[in-house]
Amino acid sequence: MNELKRTGFYEAHVAAGGKIVPFAGFELPVQYSSIVAEHTAVRTTAGIFDVSHMGEIFLQGPDALANVQRLVTQDLTKVKPNRAVYAGMLYADGSFVDDVLVYCLAEDAFLLVVNAANLAKDHKWIEGNVFGDCVCENRSDSISQLAIQGPASRDIVQKVTDVDLTDMKYYRFRQGNVLGIDAIVSRTGYTGELGFELYFDRSHSMTVWNALMKAGQPLGLQPAGLGCRDTLRLEAGMALYGNDIDDEHTPLEAGLAWIVKMDKGDFNGRSILEKQLTDGLTRHLVGFELVDKGIPRHGYLVYAGDHEIGVVTSGTMSITLKKPIGLAYVQHGFEAVGTEIDVEIRNRRMKATVVSLPFYSNTR
Amino acid sequence: MSFPKGYMFTKDHEWVSLDGDIASVGITSHAADQLGDVVFVELPEVGTSYEHGDVFAVVESVKAAVDCYMPLSGEIIEVNEELEAGYEIMNQDPHGAGWIVRVRATDVSELNELMSAEAYTEYLSTLE
Repeated sequence: MNELKRTGFYEAHVAAGGKIVPFAGFELPVQYSSIVAEHTAVRTTAGIFDVSHMGEIFLQGPDALANVQRLVTQDLTKVKPNRAVYAGMLYADGSFVDDVLVYCLAEDAFLLVVNAANLAKDHKWIEGNVFGDCVCENRSDSISQLAIQGPASRDIVQKVTDVDLTDMKYYRFRQGNVLGIDAIVSRTGYTGELGFELYFDRSHSMTVWNALMKAGQPLGLQPAGLGCRDTLRLEAGMALYGNDIDDEHTPLEAGLAWIVKMDKGDFNGRSILEKQLTDGLTRHLVGFELVDKGIPRHGYLVYAGDHEIGVVTSGTMSITLKKPIGLAYVQHGFEAVGTEIDVEIRNRRMKATVVSLPFYSNTR
Repeated sequence: MSFPKGYMFTKDHEWVSLDGDIASVGITSHAADQLGDVVFVELPEVGTSYEHGDVFAVVESVKAAVDCYMPLSGEIIEVNEELEAGYEIMNQDPHGAGWIVRVRATDVSELNELMSAEAYTEYLSTLE
């Protein structure tokens, strides 16, 4: 086990009473006050998350666009500077190396934001794939990232940045400054709520945290930990690598056909996706609500009558909706909204219904 | 952290409060704090009998599900139906309104195997 890393906000977490746990090689707060309180703050006012564990890999050069086109499922020729897209980075077999955010910084410069647990693997994968005149650089250790999420997030972040957030749309960003510090200010997040993410040099971590807390406290801003990050993203129907997507499932199976642009030309994994589109899928990631009482959790089996037809990949008691929800891979034929399935919880079959995703969204 | 005098405690962090041969059973404030926000409890059925050490309920927080072990043998005579109206009572008042079941004990001398409040406090200090 390697030594755990600390982000530039570690002192702030400890001072705020954060319960520190090991996560993806970092010491990060799972909660401060309580998961329910922090989750509710994000849905009603705002929460601030240290997401500096996320990896930042830059691709730059005349062939950067061609490289990104090969690496991910989205069509970056259609993405202008100051826009970001959610994409799959796939192996040749169509399964996920990782799911990534791709920022188009300029016509010849892209930022890929990747999962912390996958950073080393992703960096190696990208370096092994890179071709032509394109430089790949992993700057994860020197970049801090904060997510400010919730209905009050726009007013809070506007107090510390010169970037005009008034008309910034979802998945748009600007390179501007925060407190006079160079920063990327991005209207993105992992909560299904109005929210912003800030990227800046690690040396300014505490300055930015303290200024945001001061600006945000009158508006109900609370520090928020990894615990509610997971419950929020699940309500938003957003996949978590290692749970819902992995190197055994394709984006089509994961219900992410919208991030796959088949008409953009060749890309890693395309031929398998083409085959799946022709032959049809054998399994589908679906959202479900438990009808019976209980809480579905990762790894629980899914049945239709006596037949095992799938497995739960994520589950929780939805704090916002106050009902048990989950995601599961089910065999083809059981994916339609309204389909009745059973989830086995402690040797008992509990009734559940397939529902449409997301469970909750308020990003507009 | 303080624990009510007169209650008895298990190493698995259940508490028992005995009135005649009727025992109220719940989880300790230590267990509730470790779990975090309780969002569901799978309750047993009234009339079911358990030996001490049997799993009689499952308490689930956002992050985890933990089994509750019966501290003394007996029959469930009442379950706390109020919990469903707001499981947060398990975190707010775990030794009082957050009780889980009431049991008619078959052998109250089993209580002697459990820890007093002082002994439980001492026990917790060894867990750090």
